[in-house]
Amino acid sequence: MERILFYLLSIIILIFAISAVSSRKMLRSVIYLLFVLCAIAGLYFMADYNFLAAVQLTVYAGGIVVLMIFSVMLVHHIDMEMEVAGKTKQALTAALCLSGVVVFLIAIYQHPFAIVPTQNTITVAEVGTLLLGYQAGGFILPFEVISVLLLAVMIGGIVIAKAGKKPQEKTPKS
Amino acid sequence: MITDISLYEVLTVTTLLFFIGVYGFITRKNLISMLISVELILNASVLNFVFFNQYLYPEMLQGAIFSIFIIAVAAAETALAVAIIINLYRKISSVEVADVENMKY
Repeated sequence: MERILFYLLSIIILIFAISAVSSRKMLRSVIYLLFVLCAIAGLYFMADYNFLAAVQLTVYAGGIVVLMIFSVMLVHHIDMEMEVAGKTKQALTAALCLSGVVVFLIAIYQHPFAIVPTQNTITVAEVGTLLLGYQAGGFILPFEVISVLLLAVMIGGIVIAKAGKKPQEKTPKS
Repeated sequence: MITDISLYEVLTVTTLLFFIGVYGFITRKNLISMLISVELILNASVLNFVFFNQYLYPEMLQGAIFSIFIIAVAAAETALAVAIIINLYRKISSVEVADVENMKY
């Protein structure tokens, strides 16, 4: 049962990821990315890490995808097809990526992993205790650094996205 | 760990996802599409962190915590990139990589 579910989620992830990077319409490729992210959240549920699955669904599927859809709507005409690289460059890149996949898979399948066969559910209480712990191995300093980073990004996003005072004349390029 | 699923199958899926992201990053000529490819790459790495934690060291939580940090940094990066793209579109009315010649105005 879990085998079938895992393979189903993997096939969904791979097919929609390929569609997301090869679709000519930009809005469609954002929606394909949404499907990929939801299927990855399903994989987190299968790995007994429910908190990260919830975070994935809210931050990625709820936040980032909506942000991307907004930016696509702001900068793009919906029926415009975007240009992609030429056929030879596509084929060259695909060959390069395939060789990379082969090298990675050979390295992975030759490495003997010492797998510990215990089932462990990661609870929110454990994650929270470690995230805010200041004993050895606690993560309080990176946590604070990340919160300062998020504040800086918030201010920076507002400053950058706000227009300059004087509107410059646009030079449309075609 | 997931019953009946070995670590090798999980790593195969994440490797394929990573290289699909790399392929998209190289072949696309549009800033937003490149952002989508970066999201794919980051998600592959987060999956690797979580599954290595669950398969090899199930009593530790380091991989689980790191995956949360990666998601936070990815969200910050996306927000800033979208702000830059919108500002750039306002200046040069295009989001193609070839048209972005200088970012200093």
